[in-house]
Amino acid sequence: MEERLDLIRIEALSALEPVDDEKSLENWQVKYLGRSSQLMEIFKALGTLSKEEKPIVGRTANQVKVALEAASGEKENLINQRRIDQVLEGEKIDVTLPGRRTISGSIHPTTQTLREIYRVFGDMGFQIYRSREVETDEFNFQLLNFPPHHPARDMQDTFFITSKQDRGDDPLLLRTHTSPGQIHAMLEHTKKYPEDPPPIRIILPGMCYRYEQITSRSEIQFNQVEGLAVGKGITFGDLKGTLSNFARRMFGQEAKTRFRASHFPFTEPSAEMDVGCFLCGGDGCSVCKGAGWLEILGCGMVHPTVLENGGFDPEVYSGFAFGMGPERITMMRHHIEDIRYFWANDLRFLDQF
Amino acid sequence: MKVPISWLKEYVEITLPIEELAYKLTLAGLEVEEIRYVGLPQPGEKQQATKISGFSWNPEEIVIGEVREVMPHPDADRLVLCRLDDGKQEHTVLTGAPNLFPYLEKGELDPPLKVAYAREGATIIDAYNESKDMALTTLKRKKIRGVDSYSMACSERELGISEEHEGIILLDQDAPTGQALAEYMGDAVLDIAITPNIARAASILGVAREVAAITGGKLILPSLEPVMEGNPIKGRVSIEIKDPELNPRFVLGLIENVEKKSSPYWVQRRLKLAGIRPIDCVVDATNYTMLEIGEPLHAFDYDVLLERAGGKPPRIITRRAKSGETLTTLDDVERKLDDFTVLVTDQSGPLSLAGVMGGADSEVGEKTKNVLLEGASWNYVNIRRTVSAQGLPSEAAYRFERGVHPAIASQGVQRCLEWMRKWTGGVVAQGLVDEYPLPPFETRVKLTPGDIERWLGISLSAVEIGELLKKLDFEVTIKKDELVVGTPPHRLDIGEGMVGKADLMEEIARVYGYDRIPETNLADELPLQAGNRALELEDKIRDKLAGIGLQEIVTYRITSPEAELRVFPPDQSSPELDYLELANPISSDKTVMRRSMLASLLEIVEKNRRNRERIALFEIGSEFFPNGENKHPVEEKLKLAIALTGVRTHLSWQCADRELMDFYDLKGLIEELLADLHLGNVSYTPDTATSFHPGKCARIEKDGKYLGIMGEIHPKVKGNYKLAEAPLTAAILDMETLLNEVDDLFEVESIPAQPPVLEDLALVVDDDVPAQTVQLLIVQTGGKTLAEVKLFDVYRGKQLGEGKKSLAYSLVYQHPEKTLTDKEVASIRGSIVKRLEKELGAQLRSW
Repeated sequence: MEERLDLIRIEALSALEPVDDEKSLENWQVKYLGRSSQLMEIFKALGTLSKEEKPIVGRTANQVKVALEAASGEKENLINQRRIDQVLEGEKIDVTLPGRRTISGSIHPTTQTLREIYRVFGDMGFQIYRSREVETDEFNFQLLNFPPHHPARDMQDTFFITSKQDRGDDPLLLRTHTSPGQIHAMLEHTKKYPEDPPPIRIILPGMCYRYEQITSRSEIQFNQVEGLAVGKGITFGDLKGTLSNFARRMFGQEAKTRFRASHFPFTEPSAEMDVGCFLCGGDGCSVCKGAGWLEILGCGMVHPTVLENGGFDPEVYSGFAFGMGPERITMMRHHIEDIRYFWANDLRFLDQF
Repeated sequence: MKVPISWLKEYVEITLPIEELAYKLTLAGLEVEEIRYVGLPQPGEKQQATKISGFSWNPEEIVIGEVREVMPHPDADRLVLCRLDDGKQEHTVLTGAPNLFPYLEKGELDPPLKVAYAREGATIIDAYNESKDMALTTLKRKKIRGVDSYSMACSERELGISEEHEGIILLDQDAPTGQALAEYMGDAVLDIAITPNIARAASILGVAREVAAITGGKLILPSLEPVMEGNPIKGRVSIEIKDPELNPRFVLGLIENVEKKSSPYWVQRRLKLAGIRPIDCVVDATNYTMLEIGEPLHAFDYDVLLERAGGKPPRIITRRAKSGETLTTLDDVERKLDDFTVLVTDQSGPLSLAGVMGGADSEVGEKTKNVLLEGASWNYVNIRRTVSAQGLPSEAAYRFERGVHPAIASQGVQRCLEWMRKWTGGVVAQGLVDEYPLPPFETRVKLTPGDIERWLGISLSAVEIGELLKKLDFEVTIKKDELVVGTPPHRLDIGEGMVGKADLMEEIARVYGYDRIPETNLADELPLQAGNRALELEDKIRDKLAGIGLQEIVTYRITSPEAELRVFPPDQSSPELDYLELANPISSDKTVMRRSMLASLLEIVEKNRRNRERIALFEIGSEFFPNGENKHPVEEKLKLAIALTGVRTHLSWQCADRELMDFYDLKGLIEELLADLHLGNVSYTPDTATSFHPGKCARIEKDGKYLGIMGEIHPKVKGNYKLAEAPLTAAILDMETLLNEVDDLFEVESIPAQPPVLEDLALVVDDDVPAQTVQLLIVQTGGKTLAEVKLFDVYRGKQLGEGKKSLAYSLVYQHPEKTLTDKEVASIRGSIVKRLEKELGAQLRSW
């Protein structure tokens, strides 16, 4: 009996070998594991066996059945995998065809640069303060230490607003810089804290206007970002450190800075900060015009008169201020040749950001 | 300020290479914008951050030659031949220079003429190349009209000195024949940008002082003692100053028997390099002295003044102009004078516009023999007002309007008299007439090392600080730990008290070196971190809108009423709008501040129409309104504007939605945005607004508060723009209201444990019933259990009857705690249907 079972197993397994499709597997299953297969006949005949033979044959028969079923399962699996492979062969697509894109727009390049500037100074504790664009001469100039007829006014050609009543030496104008916000912010602050005011650290962004011919290098409307820090013991060294940190965040960890003496009526000492050209590494290129340095911002210690106009005692408080043009920075970073692109809003330009 | 280095070196020792000097000056606030080489050798490849231009003279090729004889050309009337010695041998040089013709056929010249001689093979500037600035050419041997030519005597243009090309350079007699020209007069010109605070450096001497302070080079002051051998000036002219505030000092000197001829060549060359045209030795002396020590001077014809005074000693009076007074200035313009204009006059009337320009009548001319020389000091504010009122900038006014110390007035006159004596052969009258009613306040600033540490962040001893200040000629006395600092008598820029301290600290930092001040981080207390909610909301809106397919734009806020009128239908009478007007517009299309963001946006849509088939834009910006009643006369309103037109999606190889966008695309975007801001209870009510289609316009409100308006642009308005057929929709939202209504805190519901019951409901209502009304009633009646209501079909058709529409809703019923039974759902549905039937006459649609 046992030899027979062994023969069945050998025969069945060798018959399974050439099977390679579902149909012949089904036939094999009927032949070797089906109701009327030899193996099943043996199971059916178990009852006729002696008490001693019965368990031995039964166990062996079962082992053969398990073995055949396993082999069948394995074969079935194999056939299935092969069928999938065959299907896949016919399912090849052209992966070079464009994908289905959702429609999205983009943020204006100036806004993007402004946000980077906010983030860098935000990390250093500077809060954003905004103020109006139509200003008075008093706030745009006089309180910032530009008296009427001061020669430094030549550096900021101004659009004036016609006024119905005579405003004398205090005409309305379009702010030429965001600096009037410094005065507003300081006055609000010192009004709120008349005694021993706590420090201020703010960033003042916004649109400014200058009376200029519109060319590829100059615009009548441009953004400016100013910064102001006022407190006890703020030094020119702090100004240098803070702005060099900014330069490294904005232009890369390798960015070098250089501070040159300059003049702004509302700061003293005043400086211009240049950054080693991040495009040519200082060797000279078309963007830095061969100089190896790029003018990035103007800065300085807040002039005592301005501190006083803001309600701070300059004998106790000190501070620094700086101002930069986000459009100019964007132009340098992306090799933009024409500042007029910014407000022309040609989608062929804006799409690229 | 153009500074020839040869001139600068007369007043300060310079050992540094020019580029290094330029770099140091730049760091110290005298920004060298350009170095123009005029003869001296230029540096090699590696230079230090200064723009370089110009032309260097090869010392072998370009030398001083002497012309010994000028002979006619055998075959050309307009050319001559020169017998020229270049220090090595004689050459025959061909030239057409008109300034040699006077010497033609005069035989051996004694003394010979000294010229700039370019030898055979020399490289010079091609003076005839008009297309390129400073194109170079090399001298080659060729025959001109039968005469061999291989070298030349150069003009200034050929050597890059000036544009002058009428004649050749005739050098001064002392020029050594055979010496390399570069060695004799090679130069380099520093072009320095003078900021208002260093107006004192608007002279060669002024720059020399800075160079001395910065580099440690020795300062060499010019002699101020003219040789005075004439009759004393005293009693021959007098001065009366009416208003010392406007004219703190007035000095006069006199030189007689001047001969008006050309200045020496070296003077002319320096003036040209500094940007001033030489005239004659009298005028040149005033300009030369102004450039040299910073005092603008004015020369009067003394005999004209004598004549005007009827032969008596003239009395010079400085005063404000009288009403209606006029003066013809030496540019031959008759000028109407303001009551603030200060004049130099005599008893017969105005002579000159003080500090700005001379008058034509008393000008020095061809016949002038005796020159009265004025050096004065004027109130800089007043000069500035005069310059802008008269539109008359001048070299003199440039300096006076920035402030010239009155002490320099007499120095200028003395120095100039000496130059005039040397160059004109005149005799200087002894003494000066000097009225000095208002010397400047002498500031004494007290300063301590603590101040320096507090402001600059460096610790220096009082002595060290004193040393730094002394480099700039400040008078310093140190008492214990306090410095008392007096301002040198050529500066007006140091204030008093704390301002004076800051002024000095800038000087200390400059001389110490900005680059030597160590960088530190802010160490003071971190201020209150308040954030900026408005900006954060704007940025959230920007991100959302860009994410759902809109492009952010930023437009001009200066526009014109005409441009803004385009958002009104042309058949409507133009509205009378009150604009903020620019008093000095730059062009006729930019005259006022905008009132309408819509106009800005539509212009940009129009501009892009040819390049894009889908245009979806937004801007967050201000509108400006005159505001008579409030405290500030201007109101700036921040708005969000959106415009949409063209196809819904871009062309694609797969099926794309190529339908045109309409009202509902815009509304969808707004709904998305407001949902993102968690702004509930928003309603859209039919509305009319001038620029919008009367049937496709809605007012957006939140709890009854006006948020904005949206709709399709009125076809008549659209007709004002060049635009494609596609509908154009737009919305304007008020940012301030949005900011007030958005609540950053919103509640989130728990996820229900029980499954929802889903059901559709189709209703037939009159066509004019707004969908929003139906939906509101369903939501209200459904109560809390009705979790979601979505309109999924709008249908109009014959079987519904005229004037009817069917609205089909998908409803989701959901109880937070239990599973709803069919009975409970049926009951809610029943009350919804009943209410709609009662209030709107709605019928359940039979399928």
